[in-house]
Amino acid sequence: MDFEFLASTFVTLVKAVPTTLELFGASVVLGALLAIVLVVMRTVGGPILSAFSRVYVFIFRGSPLLIQMFLIYYGLGQFAVIRDSFAWPVLREPYWCAVLALAFCTAGYQAEIIRGGLQAVPPREIEAARSVGMSGFLLVRRIIAPITLRAMLPAYSTEIILMVKSTALASLVTVWEVTGTAQRLISQTYRTMEVFLVATLIYLVINFIIVRLIALLEHRLSPHLRERPRISGEGRTVTSLETSHD
Amino acid sequence: MSFKTIALAGALAAVILAPAAASAKDWKKVTVALEGGYAPWNLTDASGQIVGFEPDLLKVLCEHADLECTMISQDWDGMITALNAGKFDVIMDALSITPERQKVIDFTVPYAATPAVFAAPKDSELADLPGTGTVIKLEDVHDQADAIAPLREAMKGKTIGIQSSTVYANFVYENFGDVATIKEYKTAAERDLDLSVGRIDAGFEDATYLLGTFEASENNNLAFTGPEIGGQIWGEGEGLGLRKSDTDLKAKFDEAIKAAVADGTVKTLSEKWLKVDVTP
Repeated sequence: MDFEFLASTFVTLVKAVPTTLELFGASVVLGALLAIVLVVMRTVGGPILSAFSRVYVFIFRGSPLLIQMFLIYYGLGQFAVIRDSFAWPVLREPYWCAVLALAFCTAGYQAEIIRGGLQAVPPREIEAARSVGMSGFLLVRRIIAPITLRAMLPAYSTEIILMVKSTALASLVTVWEVTGTAQRLISQTYRTMEVFLVATLIYLVINFIIVRLIALLEHRLSPHLRERPRISGEGRTVTSLETSHD
Repeated sequence: MSFKTIALAGALAAVILAPAAASAKDWKKVTVALEGGYAPWNLTDASGQIVGFEPDLLKVLCEHADLECTMISQDWDGMITALNAGKFDVIMDALSITPERQKVIDFTVPYAATPAVFAAPKDSELADLPGTGTVIKLEDVHDQADAIAPLREAMKGKTIGIQSSTVYANFVYENFGDVATIKEYKTAAERDLDLSVGRIDAGFEDATYLLGTFEASENNNLAFTGPEIGGQIWGEGEGLGLRKSDTDLKAKFDEAIKAAVADGTVKTLSEKWLKVDVTP
């Protein structure tokens, strides 16, 4: 093992981490917003919007992300109509094409995850809330949202980790994130093993941090599953078995 | 575990651990990797066959060397690594002979030497750069010929697209890295797409490859611009890439290439496919 080379590789790849994180952050946030819109369409949008939402999810979950990215980046540029339109300044940029492709794709998956979470809300909870006079946004905020969030977190964390790894595809449309930078380094040094080892390590660290953050959120959202903190003075326990016999 | 199983496992391990290229191998069958996407050097036709200047030449070389050659298509990036990993025996992909690559693999004598040139849309600012239509020879990337300065001037603030880890990439980084934005692509064809839709301002590539590119309808808005740059800067030319251990195979191909250069086969084939004589 050539530690000097590993160290210099690490320095090179770490410089690309911000790009990976930006791609990931922008596409997950954009995708989440889009997913919420899709879920609203699907649940309370009437037959036409609901059908649109279903078709959207079918298409974006059913085709490879790589192809979606190529279609957005290389495909749309083929049409003069698009090149002359207001959207070209955005679509011209590889970075935004990559973010859009990632966001469109994750929106399909996230919409299904949110829908699953919604279905986990027991009707009796809603009835109970209504019986004490809750309705509308208050009902969503106090009852539906927390339960939905709790139910969907495990699946959602998987999706988020998948997204970190999906950003690797952005190198195919000339955005140099960690994987692309690693491949470029390999083509200069021909040392596949070491470079990819370092890249793997970087992704593991990123994902470890994300997993811990989500675990923390889960912990915060499920106080009812934990032992209640004891209030002093209530139910005193015998701490020692000392008995005095005179 | 019976004795039979152990013997079988041992035999299996021996097969797996055998070196990919046994020394003093009696070469009969050779696997050759091409990109299959670098027209007209090598391209994949509608039926999935790899055709072009290099496949035709390879046929001649293999007949001469009495070898049974199989062509496989392989991505450009990772080709050299895969060769050393024993995935195939020869690289034939307009591979320029360079000192950096010679550290890792061996080359045959060159079978071609071609100039490289900028390409840009005909109606753009970069059409007709100074020196268009002339041919200059450079010794190496640091060779500051008089022709380079006006090109640098013209490229200020522009975006140049290149295929990753090619000799042309080195040249562009060295001479234009400080004045222009440089974008790297995995394949030359993807760069051409971006050039024709205007995402980038210019590309820099092998002149014979570009001539083939311009023939495609979606690229007919592109043309050469600036001087054609040839000479030692691209090394000795394009040769076959081989593993360092396969000296006997190198000898066979060297001899075959020398023969094909001497009898005019390279000239005939390159004029057929590349429209110019690229004999080194």
